[in-house]
Amino acid sequence: MAEPQRARPKPTPETQHFWDGTKAGELRLQRCDACAHVYFPPRPFCPSCASRKVSIFKASGNGFLYSYVINHRPAAPGFTPPYAIAVVELAEGPRMMSNIIDCPQTPEALELDMKLEVAFEALDDKITLPVFRPAKG
Amino acid sequence: MRRNQVAVVGAAETTELGVIPNASQLQLHADAALNAIADAGLKLSDIDGFATAVETPQQVCHYLGIKPTWVDGTSVGGCSFMLHVRHAAAAIEAGLCKTVLITHAESGKSMIGKAPRSIPADSLQGQFEAPFGVYGPPSMFPIPVLRFMKTYGITHEQLASVAVVQREWAAKNPRAMMKDPITVADVLNSRMIAYPFRLLQCCLVTDGGGALILTSADRAKDFPRKPVYIMGTGESVETPMVSQMETFNSSRAFKTAGPLAFREAGIAHRDVDHLMIYDAFAHLPLFGLGDLGFMPHEETGRFIADGNTRPGGKLPLNTNGGGLSYMHSGMYGMYALQESVRQMRGIAPAQVPNAKISVCHGVGGMFAASGTIVFTNER
Ligand SMILES: [Zn+2]
Repeated sequence: MAEPQRARPKPTPETQHFWDGTKAGELRLQRCDACAHVYFPPRPFCPSCASRKVSIFKASGNGFLYSYVINHRPAAPGFTPPYAIAVVELAEGPRMMSNIIDCPQTPEALELDMKLEVAFEALDDKITLPVFRPAKG
Repeated sequence: MRRNQVAVVGAAETTELGVIPNASQLQLHADAALNAIADAGLKLSDIDGFATAVETPQQVCHYLGIKPTWVDGTSVGGCSFMLHVRHAAAAIEAGLCKTVLITHAESGKSMIGKAPRSIPADSLQGQFEAPFGVYGPPSMFPIPVLRFMKTYGITHEQLASVAVVQREWAAKNPRAMMKDPITVADVLNSRMIAYPFRLLQCCLVTDGGGALILTSADRAKDFPRKPVYIMGTGESVETPMVSQMETFNSSRAFKTAGPLAFREAGIAHRDVDHLMIYDAFAHLPLFGLGDLGFMPHEETGRFIADGNTRPGGKLPLNTNGGGLSYMHSGMYGMYALQESVRQMRGIAPAQVPNAKISVCHGVGGMFAASGTIVFTNER
């Protein structure tokens, strides 16, 4: 029997650009051309002012650790506990769920507000996930 | 909506609570409904309005043999039943129906006739949360709590005391699942589930159900039970993705629904004799006390740890033992409503003496939705 696999995202027409971005090593966000609001998750209109004139741009990939849990049980398929499920606040404003790599998965190492930078983890030839590591320097 | 125009005239839980291996989820709906109908002294044919969540109204109405002229299938998680009460009160006032039955049941433990919850891979949750290892409520609901603790200076011991105090209430309730006393140390030494939360800070997983019957306040005086009036109501939703809440320092849905209900009821916080705050996990009463405006969030942890919500305290909270100790089938809101009704009828196992106003506040999903009902036994 194959190892249980990590849940794989399936892009939709509205999110395809995001997943194309991660595959290309870019974290892509959207900004409203009318009111400049930056938002996530992807959609082809601005959730702040309803304008359909929005642009996709490459985010800095910088952020900080907003909150997290360290999951012990039950573990999701494809994960070895304990592992942190984090919410990262991006420099551009939006928050996203992710994982923290290159860092012990402990309360001592995972300090709220620590600076993070994006990294990319390929699941297969279609999907690459954005994950975060402690920022250097 | 005008206050005290609609009343609860029937209320009951399933005959058994806990582990019920001999009934499907649909049958648990029927069991709760039949108990509530008996409690109200009605016949099934008297019911002309029906509401439920997860199961569809057509499923439960057909099974019970009800022919409604008004239905509500609002399904926003565990507080759906608070929303049903609000919608039913509006419908009765508007003359759309006369007698509404609201049912909840869940084979949450035995999983008989219950569809498993699944997250489609192409949903937003499936794309932007599921790949990062969330797996059921224990891995998701506590995600905001570390930020909340840091912002307001809440301690692990204070969060543990929520479970301790609710166990004190549960000890007074013969139907509570968990009745043995526990200490803060017991909580902090229990098995780690999702740091910072341990087993005793997470809700139970059980089978059960409950049902309510509502009618106009004018008709309510002719029923066998003391009417419990709907004094004020509120509801809202925020987001199905816990990661996308506006802030982890409060719940926008709580802050919308709660104050709406207080305003409609025309009450101040000091008027509240009894309080239920849906406690799927130990941080929810803290969010609730702050977001409903009882006190600044900074004070919520100390307030509970100091014993203000325990038996004999000045603000009796979650007097059935809550989702942490009474029962939690998955959508606990119905059991919070049942306890508020029992308190207003004066028949609760851990009765708050002379309680006249009860506030019942629910959450749906992981802070995704909220509903608040203010009950009173005086018109
Ligand atoms: Zn805009």
